[in-house]
Amino acid sequence: MSGTGPREAVFPTRMNLTLTKTRLKGAQTGHSLLAKKRDALTTRFRTILKKVDEAKRLMGRVLQLASFSLAEVTYTAGDIGYQVQESVRKASYTVQAKQENVSGVVLPAFDGVRSKDASDFNLTGLSRGGQQIQKCRDTYVKAVGTLVELASLQTAFTILDEVIRATNRRVNAIEHVVIPKLDNTIKYINSELDEMDREEFFRLKKVQGKKKRDAEKNDETRQGQNEDFRAQGGEVHRDEGIGGGVAGGADMLDEGKDEDVIF
Amino acid sequence: MSTTTSNPKDRTLLAVIGDEDSVTGLLLAGIGHIDQNQKKNFLIVDPKTQTSVIESAFQDFTERKDVAILLINQHVAERIRPTVDRYQAAFPALLEIPSKEHPYDPAKDSVLKRVQKLRGD
Repeated sequence: MSGTGPREAVFPTRMNLTLTKTRLKGAQTGHSLLAKKRDALTTRFRTILKKVDEAKRLMGRVLQLASFSLAEVTYTAGDIGYQVQESVRKASYTVQAKQENVSGVVLPAFDGVRSKDASDFNLTGLSRGGQQIQKCRDTYVKAVGTLVELASLQTAFTILDEVIRATNRRVNAIEHVVIPKLDNTIKYINSELDEMDREEFFRLKKVQGKKKRDAEKNDETRQGQNEDFRAQGGEVHRDEGIGGGVAGGADMLDEGKDEDVIF
Repeated sequence: MSTTTSNPKDRTLLAVIGDEDSVTGLLLAGIGHIDQNQKKNFLIVDPKTQTSVIESAFQDFTERKDVAILLINQHVAERIRPTVDRYQAAFPALLEIPSKEHPYDPAKDSVLKRVQKLRGD
């Protein structure tokens, strides 16, 4: 009924009814569009979810291998940690972000880029273990490649998660707040308009009844007066229009006189 | 949304917080970078490193505009777990990596925890 549930604060007029109906239609369209978007994103999300899970496990293995090769290096070349840290100048392994569009959401993806002049650690392991260091470097470059891949997956995951949440909130808000509210408003306006119609009808009926009663009463009193007049011996002249009356020559002013026209 | 705060195209570096072996290996791969202000993009953590130092490095790396991916050893992440778990932004991407002495435990990873929760197992 109109009294239950929240509704918009509008005057119950026909124009507002039309407006609200249009808005309801808009809300329904928006709802279905958002629901579609959510479904598309969720599909994407599921595939990414699976990939993230796999990639994380893969990363564990890859880094374990890399650690082993570093251990080999330490075994042959001694501790190179300090040397390596000191010779750091400029990153030769960088990432580049590119963007991908999934139903209006921009998902970044990283690409590992290894610059050509990757000769930072030329002197490291010069005396011994150079080969192992070279091998270790390659292993670690591969490992970092895996990490970069995983990072882009994870970023996509984080962003998608956020966007899906927002979309879900919107879908639910439309479904459970906006649409019922508009529905209630329409019901309210309809019921108010119906109520007004009924009131108007009743009023007209009342007015008509009253008029009828008044007319009857007037008639009665006039008849009574006529009776009284006759009883006193008077003659009641009654105009019967053309061809009526005493001589048939009726008063022109009385022509076409209606009974219930009282003035 | 965090994606709009800065252009991801500007982010090219990888940063790392970890034990000496992990950092050495990653530096060998060529991710190390020292900028004009002599600021490094890596932090070596040993058992004697103060937790506050790790925290501030974490804050520093996550706030830098040129870092795309932040790698952190899982056992180091474990020491500042509340900060790590609170970190939700998309950039830089936070990756927990295993170290030599500490094998990878998927149950502790903040992202993987969310993955597990969302997959419902």
